[in-house]
Amino acid sequence: MHPLRRQRLMIVLFIVMAAGLAVALLGYALRQNINLFYPPSAIAAGEAPVGRDIRAGGMVLEGSIQRAADSLDVSFIVTDYQANVPVTYTGILPDLFSEGEGVVVAGQLDDQGVFRASQVLAKHDENYMPPEVSDALEKARPEG
Amino acid sequence: MWGWFHKWSSPRWFYQLSGRLLPWLAVLTALTLVAGVAWGLLFVPPDYKQGNSFRIIYIHVPAAAVAMAGYMVMAVAGAISLIWRIKLADMVMKCCAPIGAALTFLALVTGAIWGKPTWGTWWVWDARITSVLVLFFLYVGVLALYEAFDNKEAAGRACAILALVGAVNIPVIYWSVEWWYSLHQPASISFTGESSIHPSMLRPLILTIIGFYSFFAVSLLLFVRNEILNRERNTRWVRELILADSKV
Repeated sequence: MHPLRRQRLMIVLFIVMAAGLAVALLGYALRQNINLFYPPSAIAAGEAPVGRDIRAGGMVLEGSIQRAADSLDVSFIVTDYQANVPVTYTGILPDLFSEGEGVVVAGQLDDQGVFRASQVLAKHDENYMPPEVSDALEKARPEG
Repeated sequence: MWGWFHKWSSPRWFYQLSGRLLPWLAVLTALTLVAGVAWGLLFVPPDYKQGNSFRIIYIHVPAAAVAMAGYMVMAVAGAISLIWRIKLADMVMKCCAPIGAALTFLALVTGAIWGKPTWGTWWVWDARITSVLVLFFLYVGVLALYEAFDNKEAAGRACAILALVGAVNIPVIYWSVEWWYSLHQPASISFTGESSIHPSMLRPLILTIIGFYSFFAVSLLLFVRNEILNRERNTRWVRELILADSKV
């Protein structure tokens, strides 16, 4: 290879590596802030700040949804099967919100450890299948 | 090897070769896109949770995949034009930007339309969505930077450096859903193990992905041919080509 071109190749490699290193350091420094939400076990361990706008994410614990009869108040428990966080919310829930499904809630943690949500988002997983397949899977699953 | 390389770098030779390739690619694009979209929208069963709204996957996923692949084409072409000063590579780099920007925009818009009913929001600043927005700005940045210079050689060099620096964003987009907690779900298509999307839904998706790649190739060739004619308009072969065309 011509020395001039070799030199330019080195410059190109240097640019790519320097940019990669810069972004890796940036990602390392911001690693907590890039996470969209805290998992319940991090909240239970006291890693999430109290009284600040944060998000929590996990699964809605089965059998935990309680709706008020006379208002849009709803309460449920978000779990990662290691720790539970009780959540209260007032408003309309997204279509995919249900027990045993993924959810991301935005709001504030109060000093009782209850998460007062101002927004509830359903988190979809990567599974796509026709209804018949999901019914068949459900039937094939052993009881309990 | 070097002879082949030099042949490829000749705009005239590329113009002739791409002219022969274009009809085949255009037919492939039309067939895969029409078949894939019709199959996906009309014949595939609805999803067990999302119902019919999941069908936007047949536009969203291919657009996003080709937007990222197109960026790599742009960055590699930029590197080649920086190192070997090949005019054709510079043209390819410049022509990737508008197509890539349009595809990224399509992926963002279809994602927002799907996100509203599924997640309950049009937009959320999670790692995947934000990094794709950065990809859109990178494409638009290359477009704007190229036009900002009077000297086209300097413009090409500046854009190539921007494209190379921005290439860091591609692995970040790809693995963002693995590295951080995000609202966006992880990939459903797996190259190594079993995909978590049912085969009956995956087959038309593969068709539309091929269709979008092929569409990208067709648009890129058309853009580059246009650029070649524009830049080489004072050469003899272009004049002869135009004279021959006007006689018919």
